[in-house]
Amino acid sequence: MIKQHYQSIIVQTVCSLLIPFIQLFALYVIFHGHYGPGGGFQGGVLLAVSVILQRLYLGQKISYQKFSPEMAMAFGAVGLLIYGLAGAIPMAYGASFLDYGHLPLFWVHDAERRALGILIVEIGIGLGVFGTLVLIFDNLVGERW
Amino acid sequence: MRWLNLFIMLLFAALMLYATADLPGHADPQAPASLHVTPTYIENTLKDTHTPNVVTSVLADYRGYDTLGETVVIFTAGLACVLVLMKRKANDKTALSKHHRSDRM
Repeated sequence: MIKQHYQSIIVQTVCSLLIPFIQLFALYVIFHGHYGPGGGFQGGVLLAVSVILQRLYLGQKISYQKFSPEMAMAFGAVGLLIYGLAGAIPMAYGASFLDYGHLPLFWVHDAERRALGILIVEIGIGLGVFGTLVLIFDNLVGERW
Repeated sequence: MRWLNLFIMLLFAALMLYATADLPGHADPQAPASLHVTPTYIENTLKDTHTPNVVTSVLADYRGYDTLGETVVIFTAGLACVLVLMKRKANDKTALSKHHRSDRM
């Protein structure tokens, strides 16, 4: 059996039960931004919290195998790229930068396209914040990194 | 040279303070932003974007540039943290191996 960082069955059980719910709540916060408080920034922080909790109770070695700091950096960059592409793709269709009404989503009408554009952008923000926060945590406490 | 810098900074501070006298009061209903921009956003959000939350549509759609800049700032700050901390850790490691100092942990 691999030696774990926090040798307490209670802490391990509670954390492993909590993490899926935290991640589900993070997705809820991101997707609920259209209808109430929430959005990419808050949801990204919650996603990062789930990974940081895993780092704390599993220890660096196993947690890095599940989600490495390199992955965190890649997630942050991909989130930023999603936002940038959501801004740049409408320019190819003759609209101005960040004009979601001209995204190539032809099966919905204009206003609905804007709503989907906002959702895409929020997902990009969420991934960016998530990757950045995990990256900062790994650099503050990590040994190898 | 230092006095010149100080003088220029004081000049700019005085200029900014002078300019604040012309700004509208806080939460003034007669301010231009409250008269034109805000009602337009509140009235057209549902029609334009099908998003009931005005905050989200202003944040991500009407003011999308601002949010893009914020995301770039956050990611850049994270990368800057990585660079600074990596350099510090490398310095600590070389200092430990060279001098075997026990007070540097």
